[in-house]
Amino acid sequence: MSLIQIILVCLIAAIAGMASVLDEGQLHRPLIVCTLIGLVLGDLKTGVILGGTLEMMALGWMNIGAAMAPDTALASVISTLLVITADQSIGKGIAVAVAVAAAGQVLTIFVRTLTIGLQHRADKYAEEGNIRGIDMMHIIGLSLQALRVLIPTLIVALISVTTVQNLLNSIPEVITKGLQVGGGMVVVVGYAMVINMMAVKYLMPFLFLGFVIAAFTNFNLVALGILGLVAAIIYIQLNPKYHASAGQNRAAATNGGTVSGNDLDDDLDD
Amino acid sequence: MSEQVKVQDVSTNGEKKLTKKDLFSMFIRNNFLLGSFNFERMQSVGFCFSMIPAIKRLYKGDERKKALKRHLEFFNTQPFLAAPIVGVSAAMEEQKANGAPIDDSTISGVKVGLMGPLAGVGDPIFWGTLRPVIGALGASLAITGNIIGPLVFLVFFNILRLATKYYGIQYGYKKGLSVISDLEGNRLQKLTEGASILGLFVMGALVCKWTSINIPVVLAHLTDQTGHKTVTTVQSVLDSLLPGLLPLLLTFFVASLLKKKVNPLWLIFGIFAVGILGYWLKILA
Repeated sequence: MSLIQIILVCLIAAIAGMASVLDEGQLHRPLIVCTLIGLVLGDLKTGVILGGTLEMMALGWMNIGAAMAPDTALASVISTLLVITADQSIGKGIAVAVAVAAAGQVLTIFVRTLTIGLQHRADKYAEEGNIRGIDMMHIIGLSLQALRVLIPTLIVALISVTTVQNLLNSIPEVITKGLQVGGGMVVVVGYAMVINMMAVKYLMPFLFLGFVIAAFTNFNLVALGILGLVAAIIYIQLNPKYHASAGQNRAAATNGGTVSGNDLDDDLDD
Repeated sequence: MSEQVKVQDVSTNGEKKLTKKDLFSMFIRNNFLLGSFNFERMQSVGFCFSMIPAIKRLYKGDERKKALKRHLEFFNTQPFLAAPIVGVSAAMEEQKANGAPIDDSTISGVKVGLMGPLAGVGDPIFWGTLRPVIGALGASLAITGNIIGPLVFLVFFNILRLATKYYGIQYGYKKGLSVISDLEGNRLQKLTEGASILGLFVMGALVCKWTSINIPVVLAHLTDQTGHKTVTTVQSVLDSLLPGLLPLLLTFFVASLLKKKVNPLWLIFGIFAVGILGYWLKILA
């Protein structure tokens, strides 16, 4: 790697680190990070392919409440770096990414604990009415998250390629091929997380509908997405639950409900 | 309560008013909501950071200190749907600064009251449906080496995200406290339920399309009269039954383990261990 490439890789690492805590623009997702690293290292295609592969694996990894996803930012930066500079297979990239994602999660927990100190400093600044101080605490917190990915990346980037190559080549084939087999299955963890989050028993038929249509047709994801959307719209349009007002009015009428009560009901429903 | 507040607002002749620029700069700042996320009060500093343009405009001296402290309380919600809460809080602060009888606990109460339900709506819509669906679309293109994949993901997701945040703040600010009565209507429930249906449908399709489990264990070699050889494996039998059956069963198994609070990272490692073991024993390929 040239000096400029190292600087650009570190810049991407810092942005990915910040994006991974913000969870806003998704610049920390494998699909984006791997592509950018690939672009900088002059092998865009490998970056895009690795990004797509890792994105599929990490589809359902998400931050909800205090629960944290494995670190996709660090995993994507380092795996792409190694696959391209040490000329390794996508399979080895997956192996590296999984190990790094787990290690990165520990670093994330560390930084999110460290920022408690900033919170207390912000409290103090609030008492002084110091707005700049609070702004600074927030920005320092964000910078720590950038360093969280930048520092490990820099260390890996500075290790000589031959060392990395020897290290990666010493991984036996049964492990890398096995990891690729595992990679095909590990996506279900993400699916399961998403399904658990949304699964109310009475909506489960839609999961099976999607499954069966995908199993017996060659529809692509756009077609399937449209079908899913249509199913959702029809369900809501036809669901008696959302047409409760008519039923309520009838019930109120039979119970001798007052006219004004019905009017209020209608107003609330609109 | 909103009626009361409005009456007060009129009577004080509304001297302090947030400008369009204030709201825009709150929108910009709100994009950094989670920057200093910590395990004690989570998005607390980020929320205060988002509110600062309003606090600067509305308060001075001791009142400003109190306002800053007020917004350093515990806060956590889905980051895109924090925007309407910022908008509502700004509207309330504006009324309070103009002398409306809103005490600190009312503002805190509204924030806490909104963040739970909005996280409940936002998580399934954004993390459960939109990101996986757009991500899968992008990734499926990217796996073939197509640069359109990452672009599709980045552009589509961010258009939806920025629109939600931008209009979220405007909407929250305009509606003020009446947002709460909107929340109680069934519009949000419709949206959440619709998103869940789309999400579950696409997840079902993904389980089938993008999970690969192959058991190449040979069950029988058959040679028919024309000398044509067919090999029957466990996988070919399963595929003739229902393609994707094993991934579906594995998904349900993992989902039930997750429900029992098993750490997802262990499940990920477990599956890789099974992959390695299976490849070594030649029962998986």
